[in-house]
Amino acid sequence: MLIPFFFLLRDGGLKTSITELLTLLEALQKGVPGQSVDDFYYLARATLVKDEAQLDRFDRLFGVYFKGIDDALGDLFEDVPEDWLKRQAELHLTEDEKAAIEALGGFEELMKALAERLEEQEDRHEGGNKWIGTAGTSPFGAYGFNPEGVRIGQQSGRNRRAVKVWDRREYRNLDDSVELGTRNIKVALRRLRKFAREGALDQLDLEDTIDKTARNAGLLDIRMVPERHNAVKVLLCLDIGGSMDDHVRVCEELFSAARSEFKHLEYFYFHNFVYESLWKDNRRRHSERMPTLDVTHKYASDYKLVFVGDATMSPYEIVYPGGSVEHWNEEPGAVWVKRLLDTYPKAIWLNPEPRERWDYTPSIKITRELMDDRMYPLTIAGLDEGIRALH
Amino acid sequence: MQRFSGSSSYIATDDLKMAVDAAVTLERPILVKGEPGTGKTQLAIEVARSLDRPLFEWHIKSTTKAQQGLYEYDAVARLRDSQLGDDRVHDIANYIVRGKVWDAFDSETQPVLLIDEIDKADIEFPNDLLRELDRMEFFVYETQELVKARHRPIIVITSNNEKELPDAFLRRCFFHYIKFPDKETMADIVNVHFPGLKKALLTEALNAFYRVRDVAGLKKKPSTSELLDWIKLLLAEDIPPEVLRSDDKRSAIPPLYGALLKNEQDVHLFERLVFLDRRAGQ
Repeated sequence: MLIPFFFLLRDGGLKTSITELLTLLEALQKGVPGQSVDDFYYLARATLVKDEAQLDRFDRLFGVYFKGIDDALGDLFEDVPEDWLKRQAELHLTEDEKAAIEALGGFEELMKALAERLEEQEDRHEGGNKWIGTAGTSPFGAYGFNPEGVRIGQQSGRNRRAVKVWDRREYRNLDDSVELGTRNIKVALRRLRKFAREGALDQLDLEDTIDKTARNAGLLDIRMVPERHNAVKVLLCLDIGGSMDDHVRVCEELFSAARSEFKHLEYFYFHNFVYESLWKDNRRRHSERMPTLDVTHKYASDYKLVFVGDATMSPYEIVYPGGSVEHWNEEPGAVWVKRLLDTYPKAIWLNPEPRERWDYTPSIKITRELMDDRMYPLTIAGLDEGIRALH
Repeated sequence: MQRFSGSSSYIATDDLKMAVDAAVTLERPILVKGEPGTGKTQLAIEVARSLDRPLFEWHIKSTTKAQQGLYEYDAVARLRDSQLGDDRVHDIANYIVRGKVWDAFDSETQPVLLIDEIDKADIEFPNDLLRELDRMEFFVYETQELVKARHRPIIVITSNNEKELPDAFLRRCFFHYIKFPDKETMADIVNVHFPGLKKALLTEALNAFYRVRDVAGLKKKPSTSELLDWIKLLLAEDIPPEVLRSDDKRSAIPPLYGALLKNEQDVHLFERLVFLDRRAGQ
């Protein structure tokens, strides 16, 4: 029972275990939920999902399962070209249905209505076009485009109650594959906190001393511990200006979140790519610069280096001397990045550009090679991966 | 079977009721997460009250060890007693101090055990409690005694998401994420706390509250508990509902907003926005 559902969840990327499935079955056996599907949905959610970042994905998969659309799964994260949709639709529609479409004003009209509705959805869900795009691949779904499908959608648009609970997707902004906000970024950055005690034993551990002495029947047994502090040190390099203007806001959020997380956080700005100098205050970028070599000398190699930049530029800016758009650089940017990487072996590059686009931009490809593939998208999942690579 | 259905002072949504029911029936812990101030801790208190069970509260701090919830051996007291020649010293059981988990295991009826803010503790803390939560028993080495729960307690665990919890721990729990209530649920919640509240004031207060919550860039958005405090103040000051309406640009700052915004920067931001708004309106 429920085994296909279980495997659907696992295939969809949820980390549901057998223990949890058995718990769910046990709860069903004991009659915890009532008769309705909603009850079952709540129970299944409480049992199978243990991370609010995955609630949205669960909602989608639950919707998929209970509509019986297995083949939609593969397209969960892709948009589908319109003419493909159209071909599929025409394949599946019967003559009667085609007549019904004609009565409604023809296929084009229908598609227009659908497009309008998609926009409406987008406003509500902040870019929820993926879900709709996906569901649109199947002519059987509520969000499909056969006459019935569209009608259902329009009704539910007007009347919220007609929408199934899991279709409301209230947890969307908790999904970890969407772009970062201040709230979710903090969760990921906390991974960086390593509550390790590091250094010399220089503090008296009063409690342990008393305890050990008492257990020692009164013979003094002094215990020392090193000072407790956050051992993670971070050197943050932010790309500013130019093609990054779109991403400055995201970067600033990352930056403000990062600041409260570490005891040692040093940040520097660069423009497009790293050359012989960096700066700390963007308003005085031309007067107060710090030579990159000084940076590598000042901060020890146990710092973890994090670049944030879209790495989108002309390849010349990376590989040729004098390639910089702002000044004449004696040595190419690639050399400077190599120098930084030699000093700081633990380094990652966070890129706000979507991962799909990386392969089409030569400069991103070059940067990735320079970074030994340690480039991650600026999403919470990407940040998670990146931080793991930093450890 | 008893069902948890909220109470006269606590509004539970359907999904929350289901999660609690499942946890009670299957006698497994329930993990509750959510924004601060959405009533996570309150849940355990209300479950205990509505099912009429004794409640044991274990509040976790960053220095709390799993062992402290079970028992502690007070070696210092024993040393002192031995030096004073007290007879108690011969029985080590006299120096075993029980923790909250032991108390809960020893309860006459099935109790509710609240483990509050588990994410504050060391990262290994949940792992150290796996066997205790699973089998509901633990071993006291000093006295070679096995403590078994008389009745498996209903365990409510809250977390503010400051640390990731280990998978092995999560597998053993039911999970519920308290999302921020929508306007209707919020009206219910306020009604439960202030039954005599005039409808007009309630509507205006809620509108003003959600307007403040929608201001982009706030560091700490006001939550349910702040709303309840604020309404308490409004009632105490006897502020008429008209004042809360924001059609008039001049009064766009809700009165007593200090109860809603807890952060100095947020207050500044808010005042600045209202100022800009006002200037634009002139």
